[in-house]
Amino acid sequence: MEVGTTKSIEDIQNDIIEEFSFLENDRESTIFYIMELGQKLPDLADEHKVEQNIIKGCQSKVWLTADLEGDRVAYCADSNTDITKGLISLLIRIFSNQKVDQIIDSDLFFIEKIGMGNIIGSQRSNGLVAMIKQMKLYALAYKAKLNN
Amino acid sequence: MEGIAKKFDIKEIREDFPVLHQEINGKPLIYFDNAATTQKPKPVIEALMGYYIGYNSNIHRGIHTLAEKATNAFEESRKAVQKFINADEAEEIIFTYGTTDSINLVAATFGRAFIGKDDEIIISAMEHHSNIVPWQMLCEQKEAKLKIIPINGKGELILEEFEKLLTNRTKLVSVAHVSNALGTINPIDRIISKAHEVGAKVLIDGAQASAHIEVDVKKLKADFYSFSAHKLFGPTGTGILYGKRKLLESIPPYRGGGEMIKEVTFEKTSYNDIPYKFEAGTPNIADVVALKTAIEYVNELGKRNIEVYEHELLQHATSLLSEIPEVKLIGTADNKTSVISFIVEGLHHLDIGMMLDAKGIAVRTGHHCAQPLMNEFGIEGTVRISLSIYNTKEEIDVFVDALKSIISKWK
Repeated sequence: MEVGTTKSIEDIQNDIIEEFSFLENDRESTIFYIMELGQKLPDLADEHKVEQNIIKGCQSKVWLTADLEGDRVAYCADSNTDITKGLISLLIRIFSNQKVDQIIDSDLFFIEKIGMGNIIGSQRSNGLVAMIKQMKLYALAYKAKLNN
Repeated sequence: MEGIAKKFDIKEIREDFPVLHQEINGKPLIYFDNAATTQKPKPVIEALMGYYIGYNSNIHRGIHTLAEKATNAFEESRKAVQKFINADEAEEIIFTYGTTDSINLVAATFGRAFIGKDDEIIISAMEHHSNIVPWQMLCEQKEAKLKIIPINGKGELILEEFEKLLTNRTKLVSVAHVSNALGTINPIDRIISKAHEVGAKVLIDGAQASAHIEVDVKKLKADFYSFSAHKLFGPTGTGILYGKRKLLESIPPYRGGGEMIKEVTFEKTSYNDIPYKFEAGTPNIADVVALKTAIEYVNELGKRNIEVYEHELLQHATSLLSEIPEVKLIGTADNKTSVISFIVEGLHHLDIGMMLDAKGIAVRTGHHCAQPLMNEFGIEGTVRISLSIYNTKEEIDVFVDALKSIISKWK
């Protein structure tokens, strides 16, 4: 995704909701689709797969990095499971290259609209919440940095 | 099926388990997570209901009729457990809240009384965390030493190494009868006799054995034996600790409270006799009562029939899984219960578990509360199927086909 052509967080979520609607709430197809998304997400370099980048609260291992580019945040992530990698790839698609304030103030309505909780189960839903929280925390930290 | 008595009718057995007759994600449920917990047959569910509808009451001190009925049912369950594991006396059976609780009881009581500085406790490399952590905590507190029996590449204990670990400082050996992650049946009779030669006591974690193989504490000469009702088609929240009378009488009580006392004054409390000394507070009456029904259910099927049937399931599943090149079996002991752990090259176990669940197949994925064991194999976790009396070869075939389709799609 290129800076400057970034769609709004809301629009990207609506795109995702539409894409998932083709799966017609079929759990197996949806899981396969999320895993496919995971396999498409580029791997994180090993040097970034370190303890300090691990998101706490996820059943699988998830590594997340965030860099400030201008007033926007670029996220990269990886996981040892495809399903989790797929989930974070959705979040990266939504958040990456958005302005810090937009990330902080965002409402991720796509999760409920898709019925993600039923698809991935409660443990992974908690993991998803942990991922979002960590991504927003990075945005908050960069906001503080920008304001200084 | 050859070797199976007429009584062991798989169709009838499946009818006894209401939970099996449902669809998950539009597909018939295949429940292969029996090592985590078994399903409950109708008679057990009815026993629970019968207790609450008919004679719910607190036990032992009530003089009214309901209390009498509840007390009798509770004590009948104790006798059923006694016979089930061939203990000498019903008083040697203590009801706990599960195997973990039973092991913690021994650590807190036997450990308090008999483990001192520089004493040694031996466990094995294949133990569940429940049979590791209580001993680590005790060793830390008492400055005692924890020693580990190593395993070979097949997931079997190396007995020669065990014998080398035994010294005159060994006070306790605590090992699993059957490994929860691998299904290995350990030669506990030999472990017990070797441990006794140096004067050590032996606690057996029988959580994964009681529903699958014969347990005879007298023949084994086990000092303590623990297991859980919920892995034996009984309710959750109830466990058993067997201990030899003399041993139980020689160790201090566990929790303080009602029931476990003889007399209380502010100056001093004298304790009740066994088993009540170890059963403080209102016990899990309903679930203990229903455990008797679970035991009767197993007895009616016959342990030997169960062993034969489950062994056929194990062989069938093992041979089919062995034919898949990407599958690597973890734990290939010669003597196993119907538990198969495996990994798939290039696919994470959590992803496999989730995809199987989407196909209606319930398996367990992860480290199975045996992280040190996973470390021995240099892996993070496995997919584990654990089969029980109501599983069928047809279910195994569906599972293997599902696994093959997952592998072909994602490889």
